[in-house]
Amino acid sequence: MASSEADVLDRLGSGLRALGAWIDDRFPMTKLIKEHATEYYASKNFNIWYGFGVIATFVLVLQLVTGIFLTMNYKPAAADAFASVEYIMRDVNWGWLIRYLHSTGASAFFIVVYLHMFRGLLYGSYKKPRELVWIIGMFIYLCLMAEAFFGYLLPWGNMSYWGAQVIVSLFGAIPVIGNGLSEWIRGDFFISDITLNRFFAFHVIAVPLMLVLLVVVHIMALHEVGSNNPDGIDIKEHKGPDGRPIDGVAFHPYHTSKDLVIIIAFLIAFAAVVFFAPDMGGYFLEHANFEPAQPLQTPPEIAPVWYFTPFYAMLRAVPNKLAGVVLMGAAVLLPFFLPWLDRCRVKSIRYRGTVYKVALMVFAVSFIGLGYCGLQKPTATIYLFCRIFAILYFAFFVLMPFYSRHERTKPVPTRVTP
Amino acid sequence: MRIAVIAFVLSLGLAGAAVAQEGAKLEPANNNIANVGSLQRGAKYFVNYCLGCHSAKYVRYNRMAQDLQITEKQLVENLMFTGERPFDTMANAMRPEDSVRWFGRSPPDLSLMARARGADYIYTFLHGFYAAPNRPTGVDNIVLPGTAMPHVLWKLQGVQHAKFVTDAEHGGAQVFEGFESVRAGDLSAEEYDNVVRDIVNFLDYIGEPIKMQRQQLGIRVIGFLLVFLLIAYMLKREIWKDVH
Repeated sequence: MASSEADVLDRLGSGLRALGAWIDDRFPMTKLIKEHATEYYASKNFNIWYGFGVIATFVLVLQLVTGIFLTMNYKPAAADAFASVEYIMRDVNWGWLIRYLHSTGASAFFIVVYLHMFRGLLYGSYKKPRELVWIIGMFIYLCLMAEAFFGYLLPWGNMSYWGAQVIVSLFGAIPVIGNGLSEWIRGDFFISDITLNRFFAFHVIAVPLMLVLLVVVHIMALHEVGSNNPDGIDIKEHKGPDGRPIDGVAFHPYHTSKDLVIIIAFLIAFAAVVFFAPDMGGYFLEHANFEPAQPLQTPPEIAPVWYFTPFYAMLRAVPNKLAGVVLMGAAVLLPFFLPWLDRCRVKSIRYRGTVYKVALMVFAVSFIGLGYCGLQKPTATIYLFCRIFAILYFAFFVLMPFYSRHERTKPVPTRVTP
Repeated sequence: MRIAVIAFVLSLGLAGAAVAQEGAKLEPANNNIANVGSLQRGAKYFVNYCLGCHSAKYVRYNRMAQDLQITEKQLVENLMFTGERPFDTMANAMRPEDSVRWFGRSPPDLSLMARARGADYIYTFLHGFYAAPNRPTGVDNIVLPGTAMPHVLWKLQGVQHAKFVTDAEHGGAQVFEGFESVRAGDLSAEEYDNVVRDIVNFLDYIGEPIKMQRQQLGIRVIGFLLVFLLIAYMLKREIWKDVH
């Protein structure tokens, strides 16, 4: 008996090998698996900051899958949109779960991406040779903002409506072409059924397609140059006799098994929100958005969702609308130039000078401070803090070529530290 | 790095505190959607006192009955007064053009009122009607001044006056001090409070009918994930044991 079972398994195994060989003759399957998983070496000393990239990828997939199921029941029409969301929440089997996963996923995406970007600042992941990885990542971030903006209109709640109205009207501040441009975006003189239809198209097709493509390119660029590590050194400089980096371990099964733990840990926190606080006290799902869009009545306070508030606060920092819009645009675009603004040769914060450590802390506090100020009712104190934080935010980037040039750095080790 | 994390957590806390302050003048409803008896009474008051003018157009009768442990027979005999069928949603017969003529605006749909404004808001609102002879309805509301809604529950609560004191320090603004009952209703203050709480509880339930099941499922999901985490961690340790 045993021998015949072994025989069957044997034949199955050789059959699969033959199939694999057949595919490999026509498509680089094994080659791709080796290059990107089993023979892609990344440093063995990754800390928790290195988990947010894989979490972001996971959330992207989660958003795509839940999004597909939402579109099966959502109706992108001004007259039906709000009711169709409630239909999903009440009448569609498990619709509430799919919708909460998607709405919580949107906020989670930004939290994870902000932390992922901060990791880049901590360990100098934007520096040579990873400039393109960083820039592609910034494009992903732009896409993500567009995706969130378009998606936020779809529930057609009153905050959706007025939030979109405010953001689209920002384009109106641009001289000469402004009004025509915001009309062109809306397809109408105000946010209407037509606007909802095109935002739906952007949200479910155009932007996700770009997002997925950019993520693939981001990972390809990363795998070309190799991952950075908390010491900011090149593990490929020390290879063993087998030609593998001594301080690296294969992405699969080492990092994949670690990433599985990270994703489950993330899912526990994520599930806590989805099942126990899906509106997160009005930050993830805003109270005013449980009332249908009313083109003639604004909500008591119009504020963007929390992930846009750092930039919204910049708008508040200047009394002139055009200057505010320019400032907002500059705040989003400046990080693109980070690889060239930073003149320090040392990558990791572990070996960088005090001046960068202080600058980075000030930057983090100013970004969070801007986000906080963007959420508050505007008062004189809030305006003042908006200005202070905005100045600090820009100072971090604009002054970087000066303060990073003559940094007193610590000696960098040649091998990764545990 | 640690400072950044602490600052982040602190800023979240500050934001939360600021929101809490905003709603400080609202009374806590202290309702409990797990109390099925309260929900059943709330449903009864809702169809008797509210549904005449307000709809709950996203709420299906039979789903509500199921969640509230009411049989379809009980539902049809006690809670459905119009020609609707059990699988219909809770619409009402008032035409919008009529309500606009009568009240100045159409009474809002109540399906999501508890999610839009909060249970405490509705609770304080239903406690907040006071006699105001200059208003067309004879009443005003402390939570929503100038409300078009008449005090539908006045027979239960009776009539109350609002006491205001003049705040000389802040430019003579009228500051609300409290209510004073001038005519008793059919119910005692405590009984009325319970009726209001039951209505609020029902509105809280219809705002998100899945809420109870959602939380119960959440415990099981997180329990599963914790076990999965342990297994995944053991797998990771096994795979990494030769890495030094």
